[in-house]
Amino acid sequence: MAKNETAPIVLEAKGITKKFPGVLANDNVNFDLRKGEIHALLGENGAGKSTLMNILYGLYHPESGEVVVDGNRMQLNSSRDAIKHGIGMVHQHFMLIPVFTVTENIMLGEETSHRAAPNENPLVRLDRKEVAQRVRDLSHQYGLEVDPEAIVGDLPVGLQQRVEIVKALYRKANILILDEPTAVLTPQEAEDLFRIMHDLTAKGVSIIFITHKLKEVLAVADRITVMRAGRVVGTTVPKETNEQKLAAMMVGREVILTVQKGPAKPAEEVLRVENLHVKDVRGLEAVRGVSFSVQAGEVLGIAGVQGNGQTELAEALTGLRHIESGRFMLSGKDLTNKPPRVITETGLAHIPEDRQRHGLVLSYSVADNMVLCDYYQPRFSKGIVIQQNQVDENAQKLIKEFDVRTPSAFVNAGKLSGGNQQKVIVARELSRPVKLVIASQPTRGLDVGSIEYIHKEIIAMRDRGVAVLLVSAELDEIMSLSDRIAVMYRGQIVETVDHKDATREQLGLLMAGVHAAA
Amino acid sequence: MQSEKKSGLSLKTLFRSALDAMLIPFLAILTAVVLGGIIIAIVRGNPFLAYYGLIDGSFGSAKALSETAVWATPYIFGGLAVALAFKGGLFNIGAEGQLALGATVSALIGYALPGWLGVEIPTIIHLPLAIIVGMAAGAIWAAIVGFLKAYTGGHEVINTIMMNYIALNTISFLLNGPMKDPDPNNVIARTPLIADGARIPTIFEGLRVHWGFIFALLVAYLVWWVLNKTTLGFEIRTVGMNPDAAKYAGINVKRTIILTMALSGMLAGLAGTIEVTGLNYRHELGFSIGYGFDAIAIALLGKSHPLGVVLAAILFAAMRNGATRMQFLTQMPVDLISMLQALILLFVAADAIIRYIYRIKAQGERVVLTRGWGG
Amino acid sequence: MDWKRFGFILLIIVVLFGIVVLIGRTESTPIIIITSMMATTIAVATPLTLGALSGVFCERSGVVNIGIEGMMLSSAFFGWLTAIYMYHVFGFGQGISIFVGLLGAIVTGMLMALLLAVLSVTYKVDQIIGGTVINILAVGLTGFLNRQMFFGQGSVFGGEIPNSPGTLLNVHVPLSEVLNPICGASADCVEIVRALNTVLDQRPIAISAIVLVFVAHYILFNTRWGLRTRAVGEHPKAADTVGINVVKMRYANVIIGGALAGLAGAYFTIESVPSFEPLLTNGRGFISLAAMIFGNWTPIGAWTAALVFGASQALNIKLQLFREVIPPQWAFLQQSYVVGLIPYILTMIILTGIIGRTTPPAADGQPYEK
Repeated sequence: MAKNETAPIVLEAKGITKKFPGVLANDNVNFDLRKGEIHALLGENGAGKSTLMNILYGLYHPESGEVVVDGNRMQLNSSRDAIKHGIGMVHQHFMLIPVFTVTENIMLGEETSHRAAPNENPLVRLDRKEVAQRVRDLSHQYGLEVDPEAIVGDLPVGLQQRVEIVKALYRKANILILDEPTAVLTPQEAEDLFRIMHDLTAKGVSIIFITHKLKEVLAVADRITVMRAGRVVGTTVPKETNEQKLAAMMVGREVILTVQKGPAKPAEEVLRVENLHVKDVRGLEAVRGVSFSVQAGEVLGIAGVQGNGQTELAEALTGLRHIESGRFMLSGKDLTNKPPRVITETGLAHIPEDRQRHGLVLSYSVADNMVLCDYYQPRFSKGIVIQQNQVDENAQKLIKEFDVRTPSAFVNAGKLSGGNQQKVIVARELSRPVKLVIASQPTRGLDVGSIEYIHKEIIAMRDRGVAVLLVSAELDEIMSLSDRIAVMYRGQIVETVDHKDATREQLGLLMAGVHAAA
Repeated sequence: MQSEKKSGLSLKTLFRSALDAMLIPFLAILTAVVLGGIIIAIVRGNPFLAYYGLIDGSFGSAKALSETAVWATPYIFGGLAVALAFKGGLFNIGAEGQLALGATVSALIGYALPGWLGVEIPTIIHLPLAIIVGMAAGAIWAAIVGFLKAYTGGHEVINTIMMNYIALNTISFLLNGPMKDPDPNNVIARTPLIADGARIPTIFEGLRVHWGFIFALLVAYLVWWVLNKTTLGFEIRTVGMNPDAAKYAGINVKRTIILTMALSGMLAGLAGTIEVTGLNYRHELGFSIGYGFDAIAIALLGKSHPLGVVLAAILFAAMRNGATRMQFLTQMPVDLISMLQALILLFVAADAIIRYIYRIKAQGERVVLTRGWGG
Repeated sequence: MDWKRFGFILLIIVVLFGIVVLIGRTESTPIIIITSMMATTIAVATPLTLGALSGVFCERSGVVNIGIEGMMLSSAFFGWLTAIYMYHVFGFGQGISIFVGLLGAIVTGMLMALLLAVLSVTYKVDQIIGGTVINILAVGLTGFLNRQMFFGQGSVFGGEIPNSPGTLLNVHVPLSEVLNPICGASADCVEIVRALNTVLDQRPIAISAIVLVFVAHYILFNTRWGLRTRAVGEHPKAADTVGINVVKMRYANVIIGGALAGLAGAYFTIESVPSFEPLLTNGRGFISLAAMIFGNWTPIGAWTAALVFGASQALNIKLQLFREVIPPQWAFLQQSYVVGLIPYILTMIILTGIIGRTTPPAADGQPYEK
């Protein structure tokens, strides 16, 4: 795999330092990229990878340090400068406009780049036909098939990613930054992407591959640079390292990659879902006839690539989304289309997918957030009058119990780190007497310490005889926590397997809609 | 945030946070006053004399004080109406229509009910009835908008404005027609005088200030209590801050939106009702014009806090009241006040400008109202 | 514009025109009534059309503008004041005074828009509050200056409002001249052409409003400027990553919107009548916004919606005209306030979305933070 180590350096960052209020995001960071290589940048969430890339792409301006492209020191004032120097970036959250066509998205900002002289006349007529033709040519040249007339919002994420890559190539990028490109892909789609990456490097493109997934790094990278807490910890090559070593570099200590747990002791059925049909925001059927059940004392993991109906399923079961047909029962009680409060009172704890949107009121204190779902209960209210003392006491107790790192219970939740915000939610939800926990993407975007903590709590709930429904797009998380794994694809559960029998390859195929039975 | 570490609510921190909250509005007023003075000077007036007139006219005598309180009464109610809606994440630009409707309906109860029943009604029944019906009219008028917001997503900003025009046109029709004062000498679009039994007594002999002012202060306290100490207030604020989280927390968001609008409209209706029963003893067309915008300015200046609203309302009242004296002394038109108030509002809304001028660090959260149009 | 909404618009217009024809049938022929109603509709829809276009430019770039009302009001005032100053104080001729007044109105709109842009783009004030500030400022400013300029101490006009130099005049479109020879001897044909000509003979701002609808459509959907504007309103971050200056685009579009609102303001005091009264815009800025929403943030859609509002206002005008001859069963309409409510009620119905939901630009109303 190792490429020519004497290939010229095309991009170099020297001594980059970038501060944000209260955070040193990049601390004297050095990084270089050789022509035609795939250089992986590995690190936890918040390690400073994205900050560094945004600096290389001209979106942020560092306090000190310099960027050298093709041997010339560059002043990158905006992404426009980066583009001019042949740098292209595929962001983790695609920078595409859903209501525009592929062509419009690609030409945006370079509407007339095909002309010899740059023409900045704002009223110049858009030549969609010509750009579409160039898009087709590029697609053929690099094997990135995409329909230039399609509306981007209608395309699956895998294709949207291709549009992003074509967009960079259209701008004649020879340095490509891919920010967590596999987060939204099935294992098969990811394989496809790796093939494309290799094709691109063969044609002389150099790639920076940002990720926090150890397996991928080892599979595709020529070199690996690890970042932690804003600093570069070290650079290595795949054959001199392994997952354990990389994880230790990332986190700064030995990490147990698997969750410690005993065998499950499933008891009575707690959640029963029968032939559920649910529509998504756009009114399209997202859950199409899903049935399953979860027993007390077990974790059922719902695996699947994002956007296959898991979000809608979780929202339907928590009363946030209307159920078109079918029903579900919690402890034998039919709760179909009941308001969230009724479901909560029946014994549901819900760790929502989007913690800042659903789980917290960021401008409320930690204490108020900890009673968000039961402020009206006699514990906290006499009649209509809220007993602030009780609310505060409850917060003090939970902060200690769940190790929430906060200056006090009266600080706004918005001021806490992502991991501690999630702990506030976990504390609130898991401290109530519940029968079922629905945890949606419970560790998304968190640091390893918080992830370990939340995993431990979920298993503790299971061992206390609570039924757990875990929805996650992280296959590793699903495999290490679940007792049974149901794979969702296009709104249906394609198969449910026991965790002892499950393999990554088999689950990957199921997630792509391929039945392993054959 | 350091000072909060030990205990949440020591008196010192409470005092400091109150001072912090009042700093920006105070500086906004100061800046607007200076700017206003420059404008006065430009149009060849004497700014010092003008401001002297303003202060003398509003606080210089018992009568001036009484009149300031009289002006402040509807401002407090109106400001509270808008502030309460703000807390619930709603922008009630329709206080004007709700106020006018409340005034019209309570005037109707005030002058016509004894005739319909054929008996004299004692104050203990007649006055509360006139007030309650006026409140209810304002509440229903605003609740319609709340309903449309909750169930169809129709944006309350445009809908409350439309409801204003519908209310004002309808009232104009009523006051020129069926409800017009039948006095043969009357050429104005106004109702007859209300019965003595429907009138709020004055506090002091010979001064116009009435118990409605005290009532307004009590209502301000009540609004503060409901918002901060009750489950209903928690629900209103949660929906206002984050409707998604509110839904997740099991709060009935639609019901809360309608209720918030109804309460807001009720407060606006009270402004009109108290004006009729406490001061004018009738409703007259055109009296309500401009109150809606004033109420918004007061709520913003008061940072949507009931105490802030009371203080802002008294300031605006003093300006309105003192304007006549100012005009007498300097021949500056009374309309100068509107511009001064607009400037204050500008600086309160764009507190970043004030922070920039006086080099104050940003903190706290901002109001978010623009959540896309309905439709 | 989908069929449901198009059908609704057609239905309302047919009903409104039908009522006028029925009421006026003893006075005039249907063709004359319809064409005169059409002419009035186009004329009174002018400020609504321009206001809606103003909204389209602002909101397509991601800035909610509820300050259109205030922009119109202040432009109406300052345009008129400029014209008066030019005419009476500086002694220019009528034509030049009116023209400079028109420019004054447009510049006023642009300055008010600049203030909105500073508040909402630079200082990230909630855009609805920013717009409200514009509205309140406009009322205060025009009220104060209207009094101060004419009745204040040392006013050059000495306590009275002088006559304005007048209004813009009708532009004659030579339709009859071209078509009459083709009609030949047919009197009916000549009559129809003459009637149609009255529809086309509008004043300059009304005509420019219609032209601007199509110009705006072309710019938004077929030029670089339009593509970038829409990108900034849909997903500013995406636009930023391809090197588009989001702040600059928003400023420019809001100021373009201000110029359009300024032209709308000029309609009131430079084109329609040569006088100003406080609060004369009377909610039309807000109705413009409803037209913009109903038109799904497109210029042509917004224009058709503006025509519906225009038609209901035209009906009100015609009812006054036919006051003497209204048949008894229609008498209730005479109570002009009933018909006057139509635009407001229509606006509320449209906002419920029963007649087709529309989608605002995705980043409408959101300040851009890097």
